[in-house]
Amino acid sequence: MKLRDLLHFSLRTITSYPARSFLIMLAMALGVAAVIILTALGDGARQYVVNEFSSIGTNLIIVLPGRAETAGSFPGAVMGQTPRDLTLEDAHWVGRLPQVRRYAPLNVGVAELSATGKLREVTLMGTTAEIFPIRHMKLAQGRFLSHSGENSAQIVLGAKIAQEFFPDGNALGQRVRLGDRRFLVTGIMAVQGESMGFNSDELVIIPIQHAQTLLNTTSLFRLLIETRHHNEIENAKEAIHQALIRRHDGEDDVTVIAHDAVLATFDRILRALTLGVAGIAVISLAVAGILVMNVMLVSVSQRTAEIGLLKAIGTPASAIRHIFMAEAVWLSVTGAFAGFVLGQAGSWLLRLAYPLLPAWPPLWANFAGIAVAVLAGVLAGLLPAIRAAKLDPVMALSKR
Amino acid sequence: MIQLSGITRIFHMGDQAIHALDHIDLTIESGEYVSIMGPSGSGKSTLLNVIGLLDRPDSGHYLLDGRNVTDLSETEQAQVRREKIGFVFQSFHLIPRLTAAENIELPLILTGMPPADRKIRIMETLQAFNLSDRAHHRPAELSGGQRQRVAIARATILRPTALLADEPTGNLDHRIGSEVAALLEALNQTGTTLIVVTHDRELGSRARRRIAMRDGQIDVDER
Ligand SMILES: Nc1ncnc2c1ncn2[C@@H]1O[C@H](COP(=O)(O)OP(=O)(O)OP(=O)(O)O)[C@@H](O)[C@H]1O
Ligand SMILES: [Mg+2]
Repeated sequence: MKLRDLLHFSLRTITSYPARSFLIMLAMALGVAAVIILTALGDGARQYVVNEFSSIGTNLIIVLPGRAETAGSFPGAVMGQTPRDLTLEDAHWVGRLPQVRRYAPLNVGVAELSATGKLREVTLMGTTAEIFPIRHMKLAQGRFLSHSGENSAQIVLGAKIAQEFFPDGNALGQRVRLGDRRFLVTGIMAVQGESMGFNSDELVIIPIQHAQTLLNTTSLFRLLIETRHHNEIENAKEAIHQALIRRHDGEDDVTVIAHDAVLATFDRILRALTLGVAGIAVISLAVAGILVMNVMLVSVSQRTAEIGLLKAIGTPASAIRHIFMAEAVWLSVTGAFAGFVLGQAGSWLLRLAYPLLPAWPPLWANFAGIAVAVLAGVLAGLLPAIRAAKLDPVMALSKR
Repeated sequence: MIQLSGITRIFHMGDQAIHALDHIDLTIESGEYVSIMGPSGSGKSTLLNVIGLLDRPDSGHYLLDGRNVTDLSETEQAQVRREKIGFVFQSFHLIPRLTAAENIELPLILTGMPPADRKIRIMETLQAFNLSDRAHHRPAELSGGQRQRVAIARATILRPTALLADEPTGNLDHRIGSEVAALLEALNQTGTTLIVVTHDRELGSRARRRIAMRDGQIDVDER
């Protein structure tokens, strides 16, 4: 029997039982669609988190005062106390290491901002000009801390703050009061929105020394460091850590985190999650496979006389097996294809409903969904096909 | 030529052994017209199934056109059936979801004949069996006589050397039955060996050679 005739003959059978065939295909299709949509959701969430992290900057190393991981050897850290500050001088020291491209010390606090008769509390960030390239932040107007005037009382306003205080858009060059000090507005940040739960539109930025005075502290909140090369980040992390330990008289009292490591952890967790939901969806495909098997077995017993006839006219057992296998393959392949289309449509709807979520089904999920469906169909067709081929022709013919 | 010697077929029902065929020796020349009659359970269908390679004897030898076909593998037997044997059944055994033309086409598909050639062959056959205007009807839309004509067309489209009919008129009324018998006889006229199992004395007596069976043995063999 030629392949073409085989496919035609089995397709003819499938279309003769439209309701039954449709239901099996539906079961297959829903299984495949579930794999595709659920992985689209999982991978979309992963992509979203990864993008958020990457928007902060790559090649990033973060130093924070205190030791996070080995609290036992250092009781003070548990209490939130730091035995020794991470100072601005520490930052400059680290900045001289060859692996460091640029660095930005950071202090964060809250203060009252007043200008043009208005008054509100704002989050202030004390830092240096390097923060802009490191965190991929952009200025809409003006500049911040040209190197000549590191210590002058300049302030950069977040887009929303500038809009609130100077609705006419003439903030640049104005004087504002932050806490008990006066600052000259030299820049306005571009609108950036929220990033990692941190809204730069409602932020003001001032030079680090002013921030430390204003907040009455000498310890940095964070030190952000960008390394020269992505591939030497581990090595740079180690060098920075050692340099700080040396500087702190051998005391290991800082925590150095590679931003990438955090990202990688999230990436791993969400990948595992995606695989997990895909696995659950695959179970529905197995169920669909069992359904195909059941229907094919019923079909074999309903068509016993037909199988007997096929044997009587000289159909070899192999061809009878192929006929039933082909039916199972038709059902699962068309079901899988319909499921693929359904899955793509579903993830498109997801993207439409949640534009922030890049809910694209990963390529492997498309392939896996279809492959598992077809495999389930073939396996499900195997037993009925073998059973059909083994029927005794005389017995089969006598059944009506 | 069909040569059976010492053919025995035993069925076991519990501890009971039923000798459906009991040391049958029978030779049927090519082109013969043979009827097989006998009481129910005498082994007529079993004999026909052994001749048609649908059933294997428990002992004995079977030569078909000089070739020992007793010990052929299942696949080889299927090929012999396809090439040399045509079956006609009392209950027609048409595939209900296929049209008359498609039912007739089945044996051609098995040989791997290209679709264009099949089409010509089917048209000729439909015409020969006076079924042209029923080509696209399903079995349920055909009369009993038409169904049996379709079944005979299917059995003979590959021009088998032997046509085996097990009560071909059993489900048909007398008039249609004799038409079908005439059709089978016409095929015999063209050289096909014809073996008909029947309960109908009139049909049985039309054959040139008449065999009567009893308890798995050949009781009478007259010509
Ligand atoms: N599959 C089987 N299992 C057990 N016994 C069987 C089987 N097939 C046939 N027999 C027995 O073998 C004997 C011959 O059966 P067979 O069908 O050849 O008779 P028959 O002459 O065709 O009868 P009928 O005229 O009723 O069709 C019967 O006794 C029958 O019961
Ligand atoms: Mg019988």
